[in-house]
Parts: sequence; C-alpha cells; structure tokens
Amino acid sequence: MSARVTHYEDRIVTAFTACAIVWSMLGMLAGVYAAAELVWPELNLNLPWLSFGRLRTGHTNLVIFGFGVSALIGTSLYSVQRTSHARLFAPGLAWFVFYGWQLTVLLGGASLLAGWNGSKEYAELEWPFDLAIAVVWVAYGVVFFGTIARRTIAQIYISNWFYGALIIVVAMLHIVNNLELPATINRSYSLFAGAQDAIVQWWYGHNAVGFLLTGGFLGMLYYFLPKQAEQPIWSYRLSIVAFWAFVYSYIWAGPHHLHYNAIPEWVQSLGVVMSLVLLAPSWATMINGVMTVSNAWRRLRTDPALKFIVLALAFYGLATFEGPMLAIRSVNVMSHFTEWTIGHVHSGALGWNALITFGTFYYLVPKLAGRPLYSVAMANLHFWLALAGTMLYIISMWAAGLSQSLLWLSLDDLGEVRYSFVDVMRAMAPYYLLRLVGGLLFLSGTVLMAENLRRTFAGARTVTVSAPAVGAQPAVAQSPLSTP
Amino acid sequence: MSFLGLHKAIERNTGLLIFGILVVASIGGLVQVLPTTLDDSLHAPSPNVVPYTPLELVGRDVYISEGCSTCHSQQVRPLLAEVKRYGPYARSGEFAYDRPFLWGSKRTGPDLLRMGGKYSDAWHRVHMTNPRAVVAASIMPAYPWLAQRAANADDDIQARLRTLRRLGTPYTDDVIEGAPKALEGKTELDAMIAYLQALGRHANDAPAEHAGH
Repeated sequence: MSARVTHYEDRIVTAFTACAIVWSMLGMLAGVYAAAELVWPELNLNLPWLSFGRLRTGHTNLVIFGFGVSALIGTSLYSVQRTSHARLFAPGLAWFVFYGWQLTVLLGGASLLAGWNGSKEYAELEWPFDLAIAVVWVAYGVVFFGTIARRTIAQIYISNWFYGALIIVVAMLHIVNNLELPATINRSYSLFAGAQDAIVQWWYGHNAVGFLLTGGFLGMLYYFLPKQAEQPIWSYRLSIVAFWAFVYSYIWAGPHHLHYNAIPEWVQSLGVVMSLVLLAPSWATMINGVMTVSNAWRRLRTDPALKFIVLALAFYGLATFEGPMLAIRSVNVMSHFTEWTIGHVHSGALGWNALITFGTFYYLVPKLAGRPLYSVAMANLHFWLALAGTMLYIISMWAAGLSQSLLWLSLDDLGEVRYSFVDVMRAMAPYYLLRLVGGLLFLSGTVLMAENLRRTFAGARTVTVSAPAVGAQPAVAQSPLSTP
Repeated sequence: MSFLGLHKAIERNTGLLIFGILVVASIGGLVQVLPTTLDDSLHAPSPNVVPYTPLELVGRDVYISEGCSTCHSQQVRPLLAEVKRYGPYARSGEFAYDRPFLWGSKRTGPDLLRMGGKYSDAWHRVHMTNPRAVVAASIMPAYPWLAQRAANADDDIQARLRTLRRLGTPYTDDVIEGAPKALEGKTELDAMIAYLQALGRHANDAPAEHAGH
C-alpha cells in the first residue's frame, strides 16, 4: 500500500514537541512552588487554587500528561513514520489528537486548581475530562496503528511495540479505573468502594507508571538511542523476550502499593513476587541499551543528546532496581507513606523520563529545523544542572524517608511511641529545603533547554522529509530474523 | 527457534500484535483484580459502619476536592508503632461506603483514620482556619475559604445522595428528602469538621473476627 503524498507529516511532531517543552516548564514550576510551600507554608497565600493539595495535583498532571504524554505522542508519530516508511495515516485525525490533548491538559489542569478533583492518584481529573481523554486516546490509536498497517516494510520495529502497548494498555486501565457515576458536572462517585476501589486504583496507578512512564519511554529509547549512537540494537532477540515479559509481569505488581493495607494478603504476596520478576525484563532492556552504546562511548564527549540518553538509562536501571526492592514487604514497611516514595518516583521521573526526553529533543529539534543545535555549551550546562538537581532531589528524599520511618516506628522501653508526629515533621525541614534546591536546579536546566531549542528553531519551518522508495533498506537496525 | 518462528508472524501483522498485547496484559488483571472486585466479603460493611450523613458527605467531598489525601493517609497498618500512635488498624469492612477510597499513599501530615473525637470541634475550627495557631510547627495550608462557602451552595446534595444510592449506599427517601434542610445554615467548614469527627467512630467496638484482612 503506497500513499500518494510521500513526505512525512512532521509539523505535528514539531507542535507536540513545542507543547511538551512548555508543559515541562509549567509543570516543574508548579512542583518547585509546591516544594517551597512545604518549607514556607505562608506561600499558600490563603488562595484556594495555590494551596498545596491542589497545586501538587496540578504538578503531577502537568508533568505526566502535559510534558510526558505530549513528548510520547510526538516522538511516536515521528518514529512510526520512519520505521514504517509511510506517511502518517489520517493526518487530519492526528491534528485532532494534538488539539484535543492540549486542550484537555490545559482545561484539566485548570479544573484541578479550581478544585475538581476525583482524588485517585494520577486519575484525579473528573468525568468530563475522563471522557475527553478516552476519545482522544482512541483517535491516537487509530492514527498510530493505521500508520503501521500501511507500512511498506514487512517488519514492525520494536519501538512501535512499546508505543503500541502504551496505547492499548493505558486505554484499558483508564476506562476501568474511571468507571464512575456522575452526580454533577464536577463530581462523580466510583463504581468500586473501599478496598476494591483501592485494588483497582493501584492496578491502574502502577501500570500507568509501567506502560506510560516505563513502556512508552522505552519506545522512545529503542528508536532514538540507536539513531544517536549510530549503532543497531545490540540484541533484537533480547528486546523481543524482554518486551513480552514486561507486558506480562508489570500488570501484576500494583498491590505492592497496598502492603499491610486492608486488602487480602494473597493479593499483596502476588504483588511482591511479580514485582521481583519484573527486575528481569527491566534490566534486560537496560543491558540491551548499554550494550548498544558500547561501541560509541567516544561520542559521549561531543554529543550532548547521547549523554542525556545514556544517563537516563543509568537512572532507569537504578529506579527499576529500587522499585522491586520497595515492593518487598519488609522494606516497604519502612518506605510506605514516607518521602522515600517521592524520592523513588523522582529518580524515575527526573532521572529517566525527563532526561531521555531532553536527549531526544536535542536530537529531534535540529532535525526538524534542518540546522544544528544553537548551543552545545548550553546543552552541556543543562546536563550538569539536571544531574545535580536529580541527585540532590533523590538523596534528600531518601534521607528524609529513612529518618521518617525510623522515627515513626521507634518505640521506647515501655513500648510507647518515642517521637510525636510533630517531632518527626520538624526533622523534615532541612530535607525539604535541599529538595527545593534540587528542584530549582533541575528547573533552571529545563528553562535553559527551552531557550536553546527555541533559538535553534526560531524562524525555521519544519523540514520536509520524503519516505524512501518502496523496498528501500530500513533506516534502523534490522531484526536478525529477516537478515539471516 | 520455534518461539521466534511464531514471533515472526506477530511482528509482521498489526492485528496479531494488538491482540497479543491485549491478551498478555490482561492475564494479571483477570487473575488478581477481577476476583477481588467480585469478592463480596471485601465490600460488606462491618457492623456499626453506617453511610455518611449528608453533612459528613459534603465534608468528605470537600476533603477530596482540596486534595487532603495528598498529605493525609486513612490507613493504619497492623504495626505496633502505628496502632500505638493512631489506634486500631484498618479493616476492609470499614470502607464499604467509601467512594472513592481515601487511603492515601503519603503522610506529610498524620494519618486521619481514627481522627474522630480526638480534638474538639472548636480546635478543628481554629486549626482549619490557621493551623499554626494551634500547632506552631505545622506546614499545613490554611483553609479560610471553607467558612465562607455554604455547605449546599450548588444545591446538589440530593443529586449526590441519589447517585450514591444507585451505587448501593442505603440512603432512605427520608434522608434524601431532608438533606437540604440538614445542610441549611451550615458551611463547608462545618461539613469538614463533621466528617473529621466521624472518622473511625466505629473502630473500638468492631468484632474481632474482622481482623482477618
């Protein structure tokens, strides 16, 4: 099947990238401000929309759905055309996805600040937005899989499987977890109650992390890492095995968010076992990535984009090791309800998701603009700001979390709690300040990137790239299966 | 090579790939989540557990809107230190009318599952309006606007109660009928305090066999 218009639809990639960068700054700014509120509570200013409970929810939604998902949709539409040697299917529908998604993030974020909040973590948006997300998501699926269906090379490249799993599984999770009965325009009640609602929510919550923040970004990794390293994937076979093991085992791990909570013990235990199993596919992918770069280490000296991606891979390995450890009940006793959870989330969110996206953008924007990056020095400075910010953030939260649980669980000789809650809270103050500094460093790096990429693109139009003629060699690594 | 041979078909067929992902990703949910959502013992209310009154329900909804569960858990774990600090640990039957659940995942502030009766209404009134007036080291935001909003400002309490009844909460016609009147003259702050005072009120006289979960 060959398309009449043969050039790739890349303007939409530029649009998604630009929006992702704007959301990253706004979302991180909200995070930094919320962190400051924990140090100086007066910063709430007695304004409803600025109060911590609302702003923190706005922060997570803007960074995940604004920054993260815009980056994922944009890069998936870029790579699916190139790995399929085909123009995007239904470009009009793709633009509907673009405007629909950006509007949902914008109005959804505003609704959270206005107090429309369903309270289920990472699914806080109320039912009108749940419906909008479902519609836009299905349209995204049609564009993505439609493009794969019209590909002119036989094989579906591995990055598309991860992006595909993101689309399918997130649709399933979103629909089930948001089964709710509306009472008013901004209030609905969950179909599930209490313990069952908790189990469904963490089946969603854990796998939103799994298939969006892990799987989706692995799709990004599998396309952009080989491109930047100019090396084929080290082992295509390993990527196949790791993919299916990942899709199968991730979905079971949710109940480790509910250890020692009022749910059946067998559900918790199954969650532990499958969380430990998950280490295998996670690290298989990391090893595959590291080995792919192994012939290109020298490029790290000159290519800031690759530097970001390789560092992201290291944080991916760290976070996917820490995750299973935190799923073990005796470790979880210490980490649950503490700042350690926040540290763990950010070693993934900053160290893995944000860094791999930054690396990808440093590669992508010059390609889209058809000119070199405005400033390599600025990108290098960004690298160190991002690394320092991430380290300061996660180390302060590790220390805070450990102190918190040790102090909370500490009993005196009479068997009574040794420290009051307020004592423990007071002990958090220095860590909260350090975390704020870490967040500020990270945010300043992001602003630097935004300016660098703005100048790179300023005045340019998205370059027109044609799909190769039918039968041409694929642009990326081939499967060992098809080249004996 | 047979696995990889089979795989060759999957990686060349869009439909098969979609189907494969859907099947493989569903197994965990079917084995683990579906049985628990069908398990009646998990949503049977413990004795003494009654639906929230209209005023408490409004308070709970304000708690949800303001994102209180971002910083406060409602889940005492069966650990000695937690039971000593907060009170009896949580049992699934206590949450039968909780839509959505509010167990939380983070304690920037203390757990609130057993909050009811620990402080007076007057204390809560001051604390919600200016937390640092009663707890000097508190980092909680102040919520002065709650006292300025009527509990039934949007006149939607009956719609909320009817929706919950359709989901299975046993609200009688009398309760729904009388709800607007019950909220008359009350503010969101009154509702919030009523909710906080209702938290954990049934904890102490729950029968022992429910400790199994």
